[in-house]
Amino acid sequence: MRLPCPFCGERDAAEFRYRGDAAPRQPPPEADAAAIADHLYLRDNPAGPIRELWYHRGGCQGWIVVERDTRTHEVAAAFPASEDRR
Amino acid sequence: MPDDPGPPERRRVRRVRGPMRYSILSLAAEALRNNRGWPPAWRKAAPKPSYSVVVVGGGGHGLATAWTLAATYGIRDVAVIEKGWIGSGNAGRNTTIIRSNYLLPGNIPFYELSLKLWERQEADLGFNTMVSQRGVLNLCHSDAQRDAYARRGNAMRLHGVDAELLDREGVRRIAPFLDFDGARFPITGGLMQRRGGTARHDAVVWGYARAADRLGVDIVEDCEATGFLLERGRVVGVETTRGTIRAGKVGLAVAGSTSRVAAMAGLRLPIESHVLQAFVSEGLKPLIPQVITFGAGHFYVSQSDKGGLVFGGDIDGYNSWAQRGNLPTVRDVCEGAMAVMPMVGRARILRHWGGLMDMTMDGSPIIDRTPVESLFLNGGWCYGGFKATPASGLCFAHLLATGETHHAAAAYRLDRFAEGRLVNEKGTGAQPNLH
Repeated sequence: MRLPCPFCGERDAAEFRYRGDAAPRQPPPEADAAAIADHLYLRDNPAGPIRELWYHRGGCQGWIVVERDTRTHEVAAAFPASEDRR
Repeated sequence: MPDDPGPPERRRVRRVRGPMRYSILSLAAEALRNNRGWPPAWRKAAPKPSYSVVVVGGGGHGLATAWTLAATYGIRDVAVIEKGWIGSGNAGRNTTIIRSNYLLPGNIPFYELSLKLWERQEADLGFNTMVSQRGVLNLCHSDAQRDAYARRGNAMRLHGVDAELLDREGVRRIAPFLDFDGARFPITGGLMQRRGGTARHDAVVWGYARAADRLGVDIVEDCEATGFLLERGRVVGVETTRGTIRAGKVGLAVAGSTSRVAAMAGLRLPIESHVLQAFVSEGLKPLIPQVITFGAGHFYVSQSDKGGLVFGGDIDGYNSWAQRGNLPTVRDVCEGAMAVMPMVGRARILRHWGGLMDMTMDGSPIIDRTPVESLFLNGGWCYGGFKATPASGLCFAHLLATGETHHAAAAYRLDRFAEGRLVNEKGTGAQPNLH
């Protein structure tokens, strides 16, 4: 599998570290325990398109968001995590 | 044996008394007949309109659950529904290792119960599952790692489990072919569990299917769950590709696909699906006496009775429903092999494959009721489900039959995540790809 790093171009996935689903967002400090447990532990785990965080450890060391299909590994888009607007 | 097996009732009676009781006589008779007369080991059951219990998933865990329900708890009005055929899923994809060499108090009793059940499985099922207690040897490569193994071995012995800390010479006596003096990963010793070993994975599902069938369990193949029948928030049945099946209770045993199946009942779980690859080499003469694991990378190997080296390593490391892996992990596994066992470098890989793993947020399984009434969950087996098969069946059947958690599975509650009672053997935090 190759990932199109927005800074480095298409690179071997082995250069990256995986952080998982990009959807969970840290709840606000006043959130209750259930919301925090949900954030930490519960995942949609889609069989299909997912937006996920990768860290380009063996390259630019940037965090990127990749839109990938978990059934085919086809990558639809990749952009810097700082530009992630959902 | 004719293709049309006749009505199930008549056939079951005939089979209990007939040739399906394997014996030395039936073996000899079939040898003379070129083995053409063996009847199927279980009926190809069609689903009835309703059952007391429907188990979704005809892998080892689902079949062991159904067999235990019938054999131990006397609940025989049970169906196992399987989307493919028996043995077509992860039951046929794993690397067949059985062991109970865990560290944490939540894990040791469960896996030790499982190993004890493996030890009597062939007698329980009347089927040769080729349980081979050849020993499981974890190699260590530094003083710190030896200390960690001593701690784990002591934890095991405190729970009454066998464990033996070997020094370098002790390892050398067992496996002289290892690279003891590699500059990066010299072998300093190992933790041996002699009661661990391997079993024949296909025979395990065949044995459970046959034994469950003989007790009246319907094993319904080519029957995929497509939804749940809900009445006032309670599950009362399963929609399948072979029609609606009503059920008093429904148990899920679909590890690998748990998120997808549970989502049909509206559940969101602490599980990600990842792919794990495994490999078999060409057949070789007897070479590797135990199950051996490399301690400085992720590589483990045993030798099958056919002679192939069965080995594997890490999961690929990212969410995947693809059932096939990528090359960086292949390289990593082969590097591990060469680092510890350079003699295998010229053996050719015969085939390799990938299977889906339910990776939970703490690396431990779930056997519990769910927030949906009458729906029970057995899943999250990460890449360690095979060794758990008999105890998983027992604990899940206990839960389904009595409504109570079996004491050996007390730590595997679904609410442990919200309550902070994680069972995290590796201590890596809520990141499934690191377990």
